[in-house]
This record gives sequence, C-alpha cells and structure tokens, in this order.
Amino acid sequence: MRKLVKRGYLALILLFLYIPIIVLILQSFNAGKSRAKWEGFSLQWYSELFKDQAIMKALYVTLSIAVIAAIAATVLGTLAAIGIHAMRKRPQAVMMTMTNLPMTMPDIVTGISLMILFTFSKIERGYITMLLAHITFNTPYVILSVLPKLKQMNKHTYEAALDLGASPSYALVHVILPEISPGVITGLLLAFTLSLDDFVISYFTTSPMVQNLSTLIYSKARIGIEPTLNALSALMFLALLVLLLIVNRRASNPAKAR
Amino acid sequence: MNQSLSLPSWMLWLLGLFLLGFVLLAVYSVKRTNGIRRSFFASPYTLWMVLFTIVPCVLIAYYALTDANGAFTLDNFRNFWDSNYSVNQLYTQMGPEYEVLIQRGTVNIGILVYSLWMALLCTIICLVLGYPAAYFMADRNIKIGSILVVLFIIPMWMNFLLRTIAWMTLLEDQGLINTLLKSLGFHSVQLMYNDRAVLLGMVYNFLPFMVFPIYTSLTKMDSKLLEAAQDLGANHLHTFWRVTAPLSLPGVISGITMVFMPSVTTFFIPRILGGGNTMMFGDLIENRFLTEGNWNLGSALSLIMMVLILISLSVLRKADPEGEGGGMI
Repeated sequence: MRKLVKRGYLALILLFLYIPIIVLILQSFNAGKSRAKWEGFSLQWYSELFKDQAIMKALYVTLSIAVIAAIAATVLGTLAAIGIHAMRKRPQAVMMTMTNLPMTMPDIVTGISLMILFTFSKIERGYITMLLAHITFNTPYVILSVLPKLKQMNKHTYEAALDLGASPSYALVHVILPEISPGVITGLLLAFTLSLDDFVISYFTTSPMVQNLSTLIYSKARIGIEPTLNALSALMFLALLVLLLIVNRRASNPAKAR
Repeated sequence: MNQSLSLPSWMLWLLGLFLLGFVLLAVYSVKRTNGIRRSFFASPYTLWMVLFTIVPCVLIAYYALTDANGAFTLDNFRNFWDSNYSVNQLYTQMGPEYEVLIQRGTVNIGILVYSLWMALLCTIICLVLGYPAAYFMADRNIKIGSILVVLFIIPMWMNFLLRTIAWMTLLEDQGLINTLLKSLGFHSVQLMYNDRAVLLGMVYNFLPFMVFPIYTSLTKMDSKLLEAAQDLGANHLHTFWRVTAPLSLPGVISGITMVFMPSVTTFFIPRILGGGNTMMFGDLIENRFLTEGNWNLGSALSLIMMVLILISLSVLRKADPEGEGGGMI
C-alpha cells in the first residue's frame, strides 16, 4: 500500500512534467494548424520543416554555436581548472569567486551586461557576440565539473611522472588528462546542452538578423507558433534521447567502449 | 543604439594597466620556474572572465551611477524608489502651489515586491511538491531511482519556451482543459492570463531544480543512521524529523537557491502565460533597456537585483555553513 502511494505520487509528478511534451509531439502530427483541435494524423509539418528557410537557418546557428561554444569553453575551462587546482589558497579563492559570480548572476543581468559591453565597445551584435556570450556562461560549468576530478586525483602520480623524467607538458597530457577526462566530458555535454537551450542571454546579445531557435520561437510566440517548430523540437528531442541511450550503453559495458 | 558613449579614458587606463600586469606576471612566473607554471594555465580564463564578466559588471555600475550625459548622479536609484521622481522634481520647481500634486510613484517597488512574492510562492510550492518526490526516489526499496532521475532530466531537453507555450494549448479558453470541462457539462474557466497561470509555468519549469539537490543529499545519507535511530526506539516520524530532515538540509537550501533566483527574474513565463497582466522584475528590466532605451535606469534596476540576490545568497550560506549543497545531480 505504502509502495503504491509512493509510485502513484512519482507518476503524478512525472505526468505533470510530461504533459506539455506529449501535447507538443501530438501537435506536430496534427493535420490542421489549430493548436487545440485534432484534425487527423499527418506528417506534413515534418516535410515543411526542411523547406522552411528561417527555421533551418536558426537550427544551423543554434547547433554551430552550441558545438563551438562547448568546445571552446571545455578547452578554456579545463586549462583553468588545472591552473586553479595548482594555485595557492588566496589566489584560488579569488578565482573561485570569479567563477561563481556569473553562475549566481541572473541570466537577464548577464545578458544585459554583455549587451552593454558590446554596444559600448562598438561591436555590432550578431553571430560572433552570441558565440562570445555562450563561451562566457559555459566556462564556469566546465570548471566546476573538472575541479572535483582533479581533487580526487592522487597528486603524487604527477610528481612521480616528473621524477621519472617526463616533462611537465608530457605529464599533463599523459597523466593528468586521462585522470580527469570523465569530468571534461561531463563539462562538454553540460556546456552543449546549456548552450542549446539558452534563450535570455542569446536574446540580449544577438541582433534580429541572426536568430537561434529560442529567439526565433520567442519572436513567433505572440503571433502563434507553427507546428513546424513543434516537429523540429520533437526531432531534436528524439535525437537527444537516442544519444542518451548510446552513452548509457557505452557506460554500462566499459569493456566494449574502448 | 546611440547610447554608446565613447570609452572613457579612465577605463582605457584601467584596461592598459591590467594588460601590463598580466604581461609582467607572465614574465615573472616563467623566469622563476624556468618553464611554465601550472597555475599559469588559468590565465586565458582569467583574461576572458575579466573582459566578459568583470568589465560588463563595472559598466552596469557605471551606467547606474550616471545620467544620459555621463555625469554622476543618484537619480536612477531615486527613480527606482519613486517612479514619479522626475515629474515630482518638475512640480517642486514650478512652485509651492503645485506641491499638492507631488505623490510618490510605487510602480517599481510594487513590481519588485510582486516578483519576490511570486518567487517565494513558487519556491514553497516546489519544495512541498519536490521534497516528497526526491524522498521517494531516494528510497532504497524503489530500485529504479536512477532511471527516475533520468526521467526528470529528459523534459528539460525540450526547448523551455516551446514547453511553456504548450501550456497555453492546455489552458486557453478553447484549450484542452476547457474543452474537456465543457464536454463533461461544466462551465469553462478562465485559466490563462493571471497569476495562477504564471505560477504554474514557474513551478513547471523550476521543479526539477528543487528535486535534484534534495535527491543527491538524501542518497548521500548513511542508511545505517536510520537503522540506528530505529534501534534506539524512534518511530518513523521521529526518525524523519530528527535524522533525515536535518541531513537533507544542504540539499533543500541549494534547491531553494536554484528555484528562487531564476524565478525572481524570469520574464518569458509571465509574458506568455500572464499575457501582460502580470509584470515581474525581469520584464521591468527588459522594458527599460529595449523598449524605453533608458540604459541608466535599467542598469540601476539590474544592480539592485544583483545586490538583492547576493544578500539572499549570503543569508542562505549562513544556514548551510559547510556550503556542501547538493549541486545538480
């Protein structure tokens, strides 16, 4: 009985979280354009999706920025984490404050402060500014996922490598990096998904000429969203789900993963 | 965008000084260790963060403390406190007979209080709904705990704007819920464009951020403690209040932070589900910048927001001195 209550409660909460997603996916198969009326099953929105120039362009902007920003933030953040880890207490505390600051700042303030910076230094807002903003808000997350791995690491292995004649750079690549790679990958994935889903910061750091999916959806929210956008997000959702399953299978048979 | 004043000279000096210090530090550290020091790897990041986080913050402070001509003023903060400030100034100048017209405008303060209230409600609802969910998930008798975590994460992969808009489909006058009600013979209800709809949207979006940290702190807990409490004669309720609840406090605090902070400043949810009937502090800031182009007042509002958040964070840190927090997942 108690078990039933627990499961029932969890099922209700999950239902609450999934209802809008189910609605979204159903809408993408609706033959009509109306949001609430079911007019029969159709795949027309999926075929129209690939003909829609604005959506395809926004998809390209979103994906390319997410990939570039995630890689740049991972490189910048991993190096920074190694550096911060090797620092003495005082500078380390300063760096951690600087890392935590943008994470505690509300998105809207981050977005606006960057907008002011770009306008102030007369850089026209667009693709590049959005990319810079995404790298900026992603990097602290990478640092915070790499640092715990560095702390777990046995610091004597690095020293042992140096004693055995490895140069610092050789030891870095062959000793430190393999140890922290799970943290680096977590950081990379986290950065990618954060960047994919960001709206507020992108909204303030781009121009109406260069839109990612979120700002495109926002600009259409008032006039009405076409089911094509639902079709696109259903496809992206499916892609992420498949990715998750693949990653999970890799994680569950580590022998095969090599 | 004619707001862009030319770079003030003091800022150029500051930037130059910083770069000089950076180069000196580099030379010094390479010289001292005959090679690269590991702490030096953090320098690209330091430079990046100074450029894209510290300098923008300084710029916000600069705009907040100046008027449209760049002269120092505290008027932006007076404008926040009294939204009729400039009109009132005019009345004062026009002479004593106009003084009766002077009235403090409470629009900005009102919106701030409303946002804090909504964020508080949202946090409480998320805690009340989320704590049992996290507690049941962490239960060792339910073996699918880790799968449940994934099930909580998956919805966040769908664009949150689209998910919020999907709620419109459900809540609209002609929407699914009302259609259902009508077919059952009830009257339709106005569900959209009010506080409750905004609150629903906020709880919907931020609930996972409450569940994860609590779940993490509960799974970290040593289950032997529960057995010990029961061996010593505590009943279920007693064990929960004296053992489980205190031990999950760090998770609760980090959950409160992760829900409260974004809900104060959200501006998309009230705009879509509130339909302009509700205005929150995020809306206000966005309006000042993009609709009115009043960067000075907008910056002052952002600064106030940041200070409020830093204060509430330090209060929450006091409650969790070890700063363990649950963190995400």
